[in-house]
Amino acid sequence: MLEAHDLACLKGDRLLFRGLALRLQAGGLLRVAGPNGVGKTSLLRLVTGLALPEAGEVRWRSVGIRSDREALHRELLYLGHAPALNDLLTPLENLRFACAAAGDDVDEQSCVTALARIGLENQLDLPARVLSQGQRRRVGLARLFLSARRPLWVLDEPFTALDVAAVAELAATLSDHCDAGGMVMLTTHQDAPFTRVPDVLDVGAYAC
Amino acid sequence: MLSAFFAVLRRDLLLAWRGRADVLVTLAFFVIVVCLFPFGVGAEANLLRTIAPGVLWVAALLACLLSLHRLFAQDHADGTLEQLLLSSEPAVLWVTAKVLAFWLTTGLPVVVVAPVLGMLLDLEQGAYPALVISLVLGTPILALLGAVGAALTLGLRGGGMLLALLVLPLFVPVLIFGAGAVEAELSGTGATAHLLLLGGGLAGALALAPWACVAALRVSTE
Repeated sequence: MLEAHDLACLKGDRLLFRGLALRLQAGGLLRVAGPNGVGKTSLLRLVTGLALPEAGEVRWRSVGIRSDREALHRELLYLGHAPALNDLLTPLENLRFACAAAGDDVDEQSCVTALARIGLENQLDLPARVLSQGQRRRVGLARLFLSARRPLWVLDEPFTALDVAAVAELAATLSDHCDAGGMVMLTTHQDAPFTRVPDVLDVGAYAC
Repeated sequence: MLSAFFAVLRRDLLLAWRGRADVLVTLAFFVIVVCLFPFGVGAEANLLRTIAPGVLWVAALLACLLSLHRLFAQDHADGTLEQLLLSSEPAVLWVTAKVLAFWLTTGLPVVVVAPVLGMLLDLEQGAYPALVISLVLGTPILALLGAVGAALTLGLRGGGMLLALLVLPLFVPVLIFGAGAVEAELSGTGATAHLLLLGGGLAGALALAPWACVAALRVSTE
């Protein structure tokens, strides 16, 4: 499934970590831990292919992602630190665009349902610039409900700015995805109420 | 296959409509630059008629350059660009859609307004078709070449200035053949050769620039 070995990450002229290995099987929930600045987000970007490692290789289904990036991207959902919302568009327009741009064929009704499920049914027609931080985060997370067919979810700090109920709901969604055979890799500083104990990868252990 | 292409095209046109002040600023810039020339060189009709093709073309080129830095900046800042680069559809398609939307919202208005400004400079009647066709063929080349520059300078401090330094030399051939087409029409030799060269340039840019643009975007977002 998702494997990486001997990864090294260079940021500017500083080596963040080296010799990092990870393995994520179907049904796996992997939490990337470590203090601020240790390279958690950089690791996620290496895994998604957005950045290239200084050394080592990331493999998806036993094929290096450098040689076949599209194979990974067809099955990957990555939600980064920035929620990828345009302030001039409504949450519904943003979500429909995000799905279509990723290559998913999702109709408007499914998007409305997903937004309602994540608690934004009253904000469907508001421009994104009037939403609160937590609500903006939720628009991005609504894609989770529309991406069940993508097995690998890579999430950068998904719990930031969410209220307690939303954290519980999100943790349940992630656990369900793993139970259905999906894979989740995430960074967080919070203790989310997962129904299973996540594997922990401490990036600090590989720091230079 | 084309869902990302149409999604990006529709969204960028919608964004241009919601933020139409930006489009109007570009157009106003074009009009003002052209209107400055009679003040600078004097309102001598013969002189204005002679320099009209060059003035219109240089102003169109600068108007295009003025809005180029906006092409990817917002998407880069809010994380949309990362999501697009992770799309399972070929990146050249949505890059082409972005450039097409950019041309429709900046190049096309310039093409539409240019004949009106031509009248202001007393451009001869017979030159209008050559002017419009040269702009229709030339401004997409400016957009395609400029997109590569915009992708390369994405996220850099002072990127706007650097972008101008990078792409202005590349715009020179387009300017030569664009303005040259109108002048050739006026001198009686006919604009066909110039227009064919511009068309060839457009075909070449269309075939190569999106690939270069994608490569530059991948480097800039890393």
